[in-house]
Amino acid sequence: MQPRPLVETRKLSRILNDGPQPVPLVQDIDLRIEAGEFVAITGPSGSGKSSLLYLLGLLDTPTAGELWIDGQDTARLERAALARLRLGKLGFVFQFHFLLPEFTLLQNVMIPMQKLGRLEEDAMRARAGQLLTELGLESGHDKRPDQLSGGQRQRVAIARALANDPLILLADEPTGNLDSRNGQIVFDIFSSLAARGQTVITVTHDAGLAARTGRQIHLVDGRLEG
Amino acid sequence: MGLVLELALGHLGQRKRQTLVSVAGVALGVGFFIAMMALMGGFQKYFVTQVIDSWPHIIIKDEFRDPERQPVDLRYPRGAVRLEGLKPRDELKGIRNSREILAALEDGPYASAPTLRTQVFFRYGSRDIAATLVGIDPKKEVRVTQLAQDMVEGSLDALYSNANGVIIGAGLAKKLGIGLGEMLSVTSPVGAVLKMKVVGIFNTGVTALDNFESYSLIKKAQVLANRANVINQVRIRIPDVTLARQVAQELEGRFGYKAESWEESYSNVLGLFKVQNGVMYSAVGAILVVAAFGIFNIISTVINEKRRDIAILKSIGLSEADIRAVFMIQGLILGLIGTVAGWLLGYGLTEMLAGIRFNMEGFVRTNGFILDRGLQPYGVAAAFALLSAIFAAWLPARKAARLNPVDIIRGAA
Repeated sequence: MQPRPLVETRKLSRILNDGPQPVPLVQDIDLRIEAGEFVAITGPSGSGKSSLLYLLGLLDTPTAGELWIDGQDTARLERAALARLRLGKLGFVFQFHFLLPEFTLLQNVMIPMQKLGRLEEDAMRARAGQLLTELGLESGHDKRPDQLSGGQRQRVAIARALANDPLILLADEPTGNLDSRNGQIVFDIFSSLAARGQTVITVTHDAGLAARTGRQIHLVDGRLEG
Repeated sequence: MGLVLELALGHLGQRKRQTLVSVAGVALGVGFFIAMMALMGGFQKYFVTQVIDSWPHIIIKDEFRDPERQPVDLRYPRGAVRLEGLKPRDELKGIRNSREILAALEDGPYASAPTLRTQVFFRYGSRDIAATLVGIDPKKEVRVTQLAQDMVEGSLDALYSNANGVIIGAGLAKKLGIGLGEMLSVTSPVGAVLKMKVVGIFNTGVTALDNFESYSLIKKAQVLANRANVINQVRIRIPDVTLARQVAQELEGRFGYKAESWEESYSNVLGLFKVQNGVMYSAVGAILVVAAFGIFNIISTVINEKRRDIAILKSIGLSEADIRAVFMIQGLILGLIGTVAGWLLGYGLTEMLAGIRFNMEGFVRTNGFILDRGLQPYGVAAAFALLSAIFAAWLPARKAARLNPVDIIRGAA
């Protein structure tokens, strides 16, 4: 039997049913993403890019179809089990940094590790510091997020996403709130992570950035194109 | 779970003033509850002990619980017969088979003493005061009340050496302006007059006794009431005072005469205590409800402000239970700090009340608040406060746990 890909979907759909008429966000997505791939999800705004990412990231639940992650059928999992899967195997970077304002950078990066509880306090601290350093934040780990620039905050958010050494790094327009220079820096980080074998799935509407990824998935009106 | 606690403390640390207000609300409720319990519990306990010590636990009286039924009633129980101008038989009052009852009680486990209780007028100089004269057998009386210990002047035994001796309450002596060894005249409802000598003064602390009761030998009371060899009350003391009600019922069933437990004799005061406690519990309950609103308010505010944090924590992989715990812990922390602060406040208030001096004469005579410094109110208040804090935190915490991260992340972009 052939080994399963890291991510596999079959007829994956998410349809909003709360309004007077059902609104399809994504429909009939058949997708395979292998470990180590650097994938960009592209498409015009409203095409369902983010919705697909939220489904792949187990933040949203599909209304139909199958989603297998790392060989697990996610439809069978309870919400608590989905949360555990997100914690151990997925890392998120959003357009907004979502750092906790009352915690230091180091503490923010440590949160996923603390919840996972696999490392000792000292080891978590060391790993968080190392991640921040690798992402170009060599000092000021005890600062609070509001003392940082937007680009720096986004790098802290990436460090947090990488904290538990995820199988998949999921990013939703990670450069959307940044100027082009900082956008470049963040995208360079993704490229180098991908070069080291990290699976990365990113949503972007920037064709220039998407061109630098290994594979592009184009969505139109919630369906795969091409 | 260190992370959850850190998150909770981080949230509260950002809203110090509101935290303080919520804590103060809980502390006020707890503190006042403790102080009020000390005050009212102390008074109530003191009163009950005084009553138990200076009043017989059970009194068998020369009356029946149900009024005597008239022959017409007995003959036609539900008949439409009506007689007017009825005149009940004029019976001599008193316990008829007292000798047998007393003998039976002597053989039983309870201490008993016969008495004849009658209304009298004390006249001393120009003062006339109505009071109750209780004819006793001092040797037996000491078995059922603490009269001997409550004597402040003279002694109970002096009744034996002074045939016309009388022992009066301290309040009565003060009203009459009479002292030990003085003579006064005693007039009974049937018109008998006796010159009697004050051979003792007692002070029980219960105003009803000290101001209106007096004691003499049973023979003298019988002379005054013109009822030789008659007694109308048997006073009984039982080993376990909490059983007074049951024992009274049992005795009543056995002898037929009305047997009144001390709870029944003082039911008006004890009923008042119940009302008092009800009022206090509602007042404190209201304070704690307001405190709970404060907690609900701060936690709801924090949750509204921290929607993005909740969303990212959920996407990182914190479970709904974790999120709920973050906010429940905040409620619990507010409740706990409030409780401890309330304990201190309650202790301080109690000590402050203890320092106040005044003279009061109500059910009891005292020169300050009588306080009960037991620890039980501390526990009860803590339980109330923590329960209301947990409940107040539960509602918003549940809502926070159910927030859908996707909605918030979409909105933030």
